[in-house]
Amino acid sequence: MMRFVKSGLGVAAAAVALSFAGGVSAQTKELVFGLQCDRTGPTANVGVNLCPGYHDYIALVNSKGGVEGFKIKVIEVDNEYKVPPAMEAHERFKKEGAVIEGVFGTPQTAALNKKLEEDKLLGTSPGFGTAGAADGKRFPYTFPIAASYWSQAGAALEFAKEKLGGSLKGKKIAYLYYDNPAGKEPLPILEDVQKAEGFELRTFAVPAPGLEMGAQVLDITGRFKPDFVIMHLFGKAPSVAIKELKGKGYPLSKVVSFVWGSAEADIIAAGGMGVAEGYSGIQFAGVGKDFQVLKDIAAMYKAAGKPVPKEMDSTVYYNRGVLIAAVHTEAVRNAIKAKGGAAPTSEDVKKGMESIKGFTLGGLVPPMEITPADHEGGGWCQVWTVKGGKLVRSKDWFQGYRSVIQKQLAADASKS
Amino acid sequence: MFHREAGVFKTTYAADMALYPLPIAKRTVIILAILFGVILPLILPEYHLSILNLMFIAIVGALGLNILVGYTGQISLGHGAFMSVGAYTAANLAVRLDLPFWLTLPAGGLMAAAIGVLVGIPSLRIKGLYLAIATLAGQLIIEWTINHVPAISGGAQASIQVARPTVFGYSLSTQAHLYFFLLFFAVLAIIVTLNLMRSRIGRAFVAVRDQDIAAEIIGIDIFRYKLLAFAISSFYAGVCGVLYTYYFGIANYEQFQLIVSIDYLAMIIIGGLGSVLGTIFGAVFVTVLPLLLRLVLENVGSLFFSESELANVISGTRLAVFGGLIIVFLIVEPEGLNRLWRNIRSYFRVWPFSY
Repeated sequence: MMRFVKSGLGVAAAAVALSFAGGVSAQTKELVFGLQCDRTGPTANVGVNLCPGYHDYIALVNSKGGVEGFKIKVIEVDNEYKVPPAMEAHERFKKEGAVIEGVFGTPQTAALNKKLEEDKLLGTSPGFGTAGAADGKRFPYTFPIAASYWSQAGAALEFAKEKLGGSLKGKKIAYLYYDNPAGKEPLPILEDVQKAEGFELRTFAVPAPGLEMGAQVLDITGRFKPDFVIMHLFGKAPSVAIKELKGKGYPLSKVVSFVWGSAEADIIAAGGMGVAEGYSGIQFAGVGKDFQVLKDIAAMYKAAGKPVPKEMDSTVYYNRGVLIAAVHTEAVRNAIKAKGGAAPTSEDVKKGMESIKGFTLGGLVPPMEITPADHEGGGWCQVWTVKGGKLVRSKDWFQGYRSVIQKQLAADASKS
Repeated sequence: MFHREAGVFKTTYAADMALYPLPIAKRTVIILAILFGVILPLILPEYHLSILNLMFIAIVGALGLNILVGYTGQISLGHGAFMSVGAYTAANLAVRLDLPFWLTLPAGGLMAAAIGVLVGIPSLRIKGLYLAIATLAGQLIIEWTINHVPAISGGAQASIQVARPTVFGYSLSTQAHLYFFLLFFAVLAIIVTLNLMRSRIGRAFVAVRDQDIAAEIIGIDIFRYKLLAFAISSFYAGVCGVLYTYYFGIANYEQFQLIVSIDYLAMIIIGGLGSVLGTIFGAVFVTVLPLLLRLVLENVGSLFFSESELANVISGTRLAVFGGLIIVFLIVEPEGLNRLWRNIRSYFRVWPFSY
């Protein structure tokens, strides 16, 4: 009886699948991208500007005829920065036949790492997840595709060195960080460089939710009196830190923030661009509106008779959304080309992602090279500084202390 | 319609306490067993099984919290932290000593129970809001400890990767495999809770909840039963944490922060305090309703909004409607979905003769 039911169901399922497949091929060629987002949770300040950037870039690609003749359909799921909805989102993308998935959030990336590998569906986690995921051998289906916290630590130190006259010897550097795993992650890099360069490093942890750091900042400005401050904070915490440092009279020109504290919104929340003169932040995507792709998106909206979306003004996060969409599209483009124009599987897209090289989108995307071994693409960063009321680029794409990071990656790989 | 009993004919205590008071209950259970054990896993695609899987895990955790809050009347805001205790205990045992899940799972539960008793000690002296704050402190202390003790957390990442559970040398990796794995523990948790509440311990819990001084006077050892409630509740939470760990393949304390404790409290309050069926309703409601709302909004919303606007509209509206529905359900029936269900059932029980 059971076998009969099962085989009957199997036949029915096959029939449904066949009719479905037939229906799809008869219509236009379409590929599905899955995007997790957080528009309502604790990191909503990022999601509400980043995800529209993603959608707009895909809409632009579709308006120009799609990628190699394939239209792209984006399915977005708001995971509210919770883990169970992230698993549900992943299963939904899988059901809809997604060829690539954008994961949102560090705990979500951690929870999905294994599932992505089992389902052979590649997921990207730019600015999230662990630095170790850069190692493509250990995490074959997880692609950071942007500078990890380790690379950002290297970049911050490189930037500090440049600002302090080319040497860190005998200098004092303060590291102000959010007291969670992401905040603690860069510590080994900071310590390694400290040994090599011979500066004094002191760390200052800010407990969640990071809205109260008077004691830490007083400790920094009153006691330690560092030559440079590197900060790594999330959510509303960066703006609080800017306000506190400014209030205690510490020069913001000697502060550099990691990528989640370097957006326009953080600076505006701290009192506006005028107040934060000299404040620098690390970026993994280009900042500002001076990119052809953004002009094309604006033109697309104007052509449709619609106002240009206000999210575009928050260029730091919006451009990151564009970067993620562009890298996704490029990976799929590589995959379609490699298959001679046929619809790619997720496996093909993985190979396409691993052959991304020299794709810069007019400077919005770093000159990264993603390889089967390096899913981070080299860990490129830019530094943008508040000057005269707006963000100005003060350091073009660079890799800070790359050898230290590679050594750390190798050590991490040998541990597990 | 469903029943035709014309009075109370029970003549023994055993009959009164039976798990199946009516023959139809037995038939319903058999039908449900066939539905969940055979039919659903055969016909449902992986996506729907994954939702059921999340539901099963939530049921185990919510049952534990309901034993403490609903049956014993002690409030706890530390449920999420107890889950992380179970998760990290199991993960450490699985990775360092290579133990199988049937050892790590009870070990995680027992460790959580031990910690739960510690956090529950203030309940001997304080009640209500004061106890809520004391358990909140427990939640924060546990979070901090895991974050700062590498021996527990396995390093700066505070996450430990765990291999899939294996049964008879067979690795459970797909959603369908995990479905049976999680279904087993959800059913086990339901059966154990139902029976626990019919036992001396369960009746003692209820007595403590209703009036603890009176309970003490009739000979119930308050000290023992309050701590026992914390231990049992935390055991469930620990097992729930272990299930999450095996389901995601990783133990990560950021999955078990304060918001999770509040989510589980919401489940049991919506479902109905002090009822097993209500707990199940609550867990299903909180897991599935946001998904249903999204499905409806995606289909209806595309008529009114462009694709790029729609995403924002869905996220915002979904939260608002979800919150609104919770309020509506609690106004319609303050005792939760379980009471609502009982009202419906008792209406049909005498239908069409409503007197």
